Order: sequence, then C-alpha cells, then structure tokens
Amino acid sequence: MAQPQADTAVELPHHPSPRAAGCPFDPPPALRSLPSDQPLSRVRIWDGSSPWLVTRYEQLRRLLGDPRVSADATLPGYPHRTPATKASDETRRTFLTMDDPDHARLRRMVTAPFAVRKMEALRPAVQRIVDDLIDAMLAGPKPVDLVQEFALPVPSLVICELLGVPYADHDFFQRNTKVVVDRTSTPEQVLDCLGTLTDYLEELLSEKAARPADDLLSVLATEPVATGEMTRRRAAETGVLLLGAGHETTANMIALGTLALLLNPDQLALLRDAENPGTAAGAVEELLRYLTIAHSGRRRVALEDIELDGQTIRAGEGLIFANDIANRDPEAFAGDADRLDLTRDSRRHVAFGFGVHQCLGQPLARVELQVVYGTLYSRIPTLALATDVDRLEFKHQGLVYGVHELPVTW
Amino acid sequence: MRVEVDQPRCVASGQCVLLAPEVFDQDDDGIVELLESDPEPRHHDDVRESAAVCPAAAIRLTER
Ligand code: SF4
Repeated sequence: MAQPQADTAVELPHHPSPRAAGCPFDPPPALRSLPSDQPLSRVRIWDGSSPWLVTRYEQLRRLLGDPRVSADATLPGYPHRTPATKASDETRRTFLTMDDPDHARLRRMVTAPFAVRKMEALRPAVQRIVDDLIDAMLAGPKPVDLVQEFALPVPSLVICELLGVPYADHDFFQRNTKVVVDRTSTPEQVLDCLGTLTDYLEELLSEKAARPADDLLSVLATEPVATGEMTRRRAAETGVLLLGAGHETTANMIALGTLALLLNPDQLALLRDAENPGTAAGAVEELLRYLTIAHSGRRRVALEDIELDGQTIRAGEGLIFANDIANRDPEAFAGDADRLDLTRDSRRHVAFGFGVHQCLGQPLARVELQVVYGTLYSRIPTLALATDVDRLEFKHQGLVYGVHELPVTW
Repeated sequence: MRVEVDQPRCVASGQCVLLAPEVFDQDDDGIVELLESDPEPRHHDDVRESAAVCPAAAIRLTER
C-alpha cells in the first residue's frame, strides 16, 4: 500500500475537528469516519504539519506502550496542541514530557501520596465534603449552577484535605482556586492567585515541618524539603500543580457526567436506585469511557521507524492518540460502544491514557467520582436540568472537555 | 497460575490493587508489591484483568 505523504495536496481532515451539531458527547464525526481498513490516518494540525492519528483501541495501547514512541516535546516532529503549548512544553519541562529514566525518577517523587490505600483512607472525608455541599445546595435557592456550587468545590475541598490545609482556610483557598479555573479570569488574575496560593502553601510547609500531621504537605515538608532534595518553594509549586491538575478534570467529570445521566434517565435510575455500593464504581468507569474528557489526544513522536499492520511510521513523525475515539471502538467494548451503559464492563478504557504516562491522580479521581455519583442523585432524586440542552455551552477548545455552566433544579 | 511483577516498570497507577487487592499491594512509594505469586483460582480472572490493564505492562503471568 502506498504511504500517504505528509506534503501531498490531498485534503486531510483537520485535528481538532468539530463535534456533530446537537450531540455533546460523541467525538468529531470527521475523525471517527477515517478509513477503518488502515490502522493509522494522517490529519492536519494548526502548524500545517500532518501527524498520524491513532483511533483504534488496540493500536493505541500497543503504540503508547512502545518505547520507540517518545513523549519528549522538544523533539522535532512532536505534534504540539497549540502555539501556546508549544512554547510552554519546550521551556517548562516536567515529567509529563520526558521519557524514562528521567520521567520515572521525577514521577516517583510524587506518586506515593496517590496510592490506592491512601486514597481509600480519604473516602470518609470526601463523603463529608460532598454531603455538606449537598446540604448547602438544598438549603439555598434554586435553580443553581451545579458547576459553581458543586462540581468545582468538591475537588477544591478534597485537595485541601489531602494537602492538609486547615479547615479555617478553606474559604480563602477555594476563593483563589475558583479564580484560577474560571474562564472569565484574566491571565494577570490567574497568575496573581497562583502566586498567592504558592506563598500560602510555602508558609504552611514550614508549619508542617515543625508539627507534621498525616497529610501531603507534611510528607513534602519532612522528606524532600527536609533533606534538601526539593526547595520549599518547589514543594509549594508542586502543591499548586496538583491542585490544578485535579481540579479541571474532576470538576468536568462531575458536571458533564451529571448532564449525560440527566439525558439518559434510565441509566440515572440505575445509579439512584442502586443498593449495591459497587454500582457507582462501575458507573464511574463507564462515564470515564463514554465522556473521555481529555479529548485533545495524547501527543508523541516516533524515535525510530515503526511497522504497524502494514503501515510505516517514520522516525521523527508525530503521533496523536485519540483516546476519545478509541474508547468508542466497537471491537474493544461489548455491545453498542456509543451508548452510555452503566452495566458495561468498562475497566479497560483509556480515559486516563495508557503506558508509563498514565494519569497518576486516578486513584483520587476514582474515590471522588464514586462518592459523588453514589451520593448526589440518591440525595436529590428529582434533580433536573433547568435549561434547554441547546443553550448549554461546551468546552470545545481546551485540553479538557466539559460544560461551562449547568443550571439544575429539583 | 504464576504471577511476577517488574517493580522498576511500575508507574504506580494502582489498577492492579483495585482489581485484585488479595494479590497486589502498593509499597510506600505506590509501587506494586506482590502478595501472592500463586493466587487461588477464584482470583485468576481479576489477576488476568490486572495484567491486561496495567499501563506499564509490569505484571507477567504464566498460566499452567
Ligand atoms: S497496574 Fe501496573 S503500573 Fe499500576 S500499580 Fe499495578 S503494576 Fe504498577
């Protein structure tokens, strides 16, 4: 088979592509309908280059687990998302854009607090946070914007708990994080609040060094900072990084997941009426699969020529991994993969990515989402959308998909 | 069934611990620890699932 050339005049589908009008959940039709007889297709991106798009589940897992496929964003051919991410990826290097062994060494410094057992220990605190927010919502006026009143505060308060921010400071903390994630904030406001939060965490770190407790800041203060492996400022910045990473993702899963359930009442009923506590856990995996909010694709570049089912990826060519499309691959998921089916076994989804860069916060995300999905709808069984679906604004641009506002009533 | 784990490969995603807590655990750094290299048959499906989902391919199975 002839290889499609990067510089031929053929019209290549654009990445990203628009979703179908009227359907907020399905991946872009132009990318889904790429020829299925070949494992890879070329797409055109913003800088005019034409990296490969990987849409099939099996090939995606094979390539993301292949050491010849690099996450190094400084290599030529790496398919950057936007001019802005190109600039920041090339200057601010974190383990996200490194290969092993550097990646493994740096990542391991921050994985420990997210171990499954530690996250399970946090479950009662998450439950308390969720219950308190629901109490406040029920006591107030309606309709409310679920994003502002519930979806954003949950991860914000949970990360306070995890970091060990004193309860008295929750308000301050939440106020600042709200500005950071609010789309109407100016860049100056965001930087200002990030600076305020970093200053605050830095001070808290010195208190924790003197009186360590059972929380993440105490671990940072008494280990890497105490041994000089990390400066206190660096540790405070790490705290702010965790804050940002865990925020947008979880908040969008809560709001967009709720919308998906409201539009699929039979599925919502399964959750609301569930007696088995495992139901929420299965539902979380299916919603992660179905929504795949990290919808802009994982980015990589080939280090060597790679043969894949009759096609050749040349060294230096870029690769975009469409997790959202792979999570709808009919060969990977039983039944109609385009249906939201909470009874499906979805545990093999790739919503957290795949390979060594797989999301490190996923045990925390799971606990938060399980508590939310397992509580919100049974406590507010009459929860309903307070607007037309057509009037909702979705986050088409950006790294994480979601809904800007979700007016609800009950 | 015989289970082996390759700790240097593990990325601490915790998937195995969630699926088969009787067989896998995580150490203080979140890295996989094998509790049972010869798991009971009732855990075999969960162990196979763990090996299939492990994003780092750090779990090796020998079926016998
Ligand atoms: S699933 Fe794999 S990467 Fe994740 S903790 Fe277990 S062995 Fe490590």
